Amino acid sequence: MTELTLVEAVNRALRHAMEEDERVIILGEDVGADGGVFRATVGLLERFGPDRVRDTPLAETAIAGMSIGLAAQGFHPVAEVQFDGFMFPTLDQMINHAARLRTRTRGRLSCPMVLRAPYGGGIHAPEHHSDSVETYFAHAPGLRVVIPSSPERAYRLLLSAIRDPDPVVFLEPKRLYRAAKEEVADDGAGMPLDRCFALRQGTDATLIAWGAMTAEVLAAAQALEDEGISAEVVDVATLKPLDADTILRSVEKTGRAVIVHEAPLTGGLGGEIAARIAESALLSLLAPIRRVTGYDCVMPLPRLESSYLPSAADVVEAVREVMAFK
Amino acid sequence: MLTAASFTIPFTRYLSAQGEPVAEMPAFARDVRDLLPLYKAMVRTRIFDEKAIALQRTGRLGTFASSLGEEAVGVGVASAMRAEDVLLPSFREQSAQLWRGVSLGELLLYWGGDERGSNFKGPREDFPICIPVATHFPHAVGVALAMRLRGEKRAAVAIAGDGATSKGDFYEAINVAGIWRLPVVFVIANNQWAISVPRRAQTACETLAQKAVAAGIPGEQADGNDVIAVRDAAERALARARRGEGATLIEAVTYRLSDHTTADDARRYRSDAEVSPHWKEEPIARLRSFLAARGVWSKDDEHDLRESCRAEIERAVSEYFATAPPAPSDMFDFLFAELPAPLAQQRHALNRQGHAP
Repeated sequence: MTELTLVEAVNRALRHAMEEDERVIILGEDVGADGGVFRATVGLLERFGPDRVRDTPLAETAIAGMSIGLAAQGFHPVAEVQFDGFMFPTLDQMINHAARLRTRTRGRLSCPMVLRAPYGGGIHAPEHHSDSVETYFAHAPGLRVVIPSSPERAYRLLLSAIRDPDPVVFLEPKRLYRAAKEEVADDGAGMPLDRCFALRQGTDATLIAWGAMTAEVLAAAQALEDEGISAEVVDVATLKPLDADTILRSVEKTGRAVIVHEAPLTGGLGGEIAARIAESALLSLLAPIRRVTGYDCVMPLPRLESSYLPSAADVVEAVREVMAFK
Repeated sequence: MLTAASFTIPFTRYLSAQGEPVAEMPAFARDVRDLLPLYKAMVRTRIFDEKAIALQRTGRLGTFASSLGEEAVGVGVASAMRAEDVLLPSFREQSAQLWRGVSLGELLLYWGGDERGSNFKGPREDFPICIPVATHFPHAVGVALAMRLRGEKRAAVAIAGDGATSKGDFYEAINVAGIWRLPVVFVIANNQWAISVPRRAQTACETLAQKAVAAGIPGEQADGNDVIAVRDAAERALARARRGEGATLIEAVTYRLSDHTTADDARRYRSDAEVSPHWKEEPIARLRSFLAARGVWSKDDEHDLRESCRAEIERAVSEYFATAPPAPSDMFDFLFAELPAPLAQQRHALNRQGHAP
């Protein structure tokens, strides 16, 4: 067992996948000699050579589009987009093509690719380097959207994403890249996609989050325990397709739901989760569903970043409110 | 002032608009009878297009993009390809698709609104037609990279219209293909019109072929109404690709004699006086004149060909009419290799609602 940071776990998963399957190739900007701007691909060029670890020109549309061509030909490309804010040019390729190739050809062609990118705020990055982009991709039928929130889940979910026969958008919470280390056995075992994971058991309220917000939510749950409030924490992990059953079972048990994401409120996936709870578990609710999210504001530059991002204290406050609801 | 770089754009033509030879024929055309399959394929496409438009006008086919006047582009390019190459067509390339072995029935199914029409029984690796303009050019680069990584002597061929050259996807694709010297041929069917916007309003460039210069790949023009010229340019580009010499951009200069699609009325933006001179240059009459002058094509041959094409197309139309729509649950069943559990609930709900086809 080795202690790994989240970004190191990504690196191990990539290496493991490339060793077990020669169809796996990596492409993106600065993924070769530089090892990626966050070092997610460090050492892979040396190990696997330039045919399988390929620096592309600075062209996100081409990175996504080439990956579709490679995937249709049987490769399993893992493409990196350098930052969340640079993913928007890939939306056309991912929504119009990657997500539809299997449907459009009735299974004759398919698109086993992974589009990876660091996403989200909290590292005092420049403009366009801190966006939470999951909703844009999650709305598109045919795409999986997966977000790990710990080194172990990063390793195992990424392996599963690479082995999956369909396209996966894999968003890595850059704020957690080096936030903590965790024992991760490089044993090649994946974790199931399309599943939410209960990270902490509780009886009074269900806290639902993903990405870097799971850290805030776990900290909030710890603080609430000192107040005698028992919070269950669910890491959504695969945002699309959404494992609503796990969320509903938890809410039916606790009677309270607080959904936390750093993406803006309106149209954020918290709304979808709230709707599922309202549709299927309304009579279990002891209090209104609460969302703790980013504001409907442009992601601010670093000086106001912490005012924008939900914090553990915000989550604690929201839970207190739902606990007090009569 | 010194010159940092300079370029020329070659232009290939073997037949004049009247069907007179204007250059020594390339190897594949030395025996004039070898041109008959190209001629027949163009006629077959034109008759198919006529039938498809008639079906659309009578409510039995969806919106359809005719290739009237551009048949030589697809036939010229596809006839230069090998079966193991991969075609990535745009939405006006039925002539190339038919040559590659896509069936009339599959084309009718697709344009009739049925995804099964893109599950080609013939060219299994060819892409379905691409509607968002130029977005398939990066796919061709990926396909070519796959071929290169496997050490195969195959090539990818992408075709799009003149409007496609205004898009970033086009430039990103030819740029990457240039850097990595990939086995890919980019074909621009310059039919002079992107719906209502004429070629001169797309770019200030003198030719579209010269856009290749910025990507460091060869660019050339061919007379897109001369199937011999198109095939010759495509053969040379494919030979380069197979030799490991990289990508080529071919601009086939042609003219869209039809509306953009059946949903368009071109009289809103171009006059008959603008269109009619181009009827004198269209590819089928041009090759027919050449073949007839050499005694290998007669009025009887023409009659027989048209009759057999019509009969074949009528059979395909009958089969198309007789094909039941897919089950509604098909919209779920090909979304993923294995339907995720959360979607199984939606599929179940659809079936329960009993949306009959």
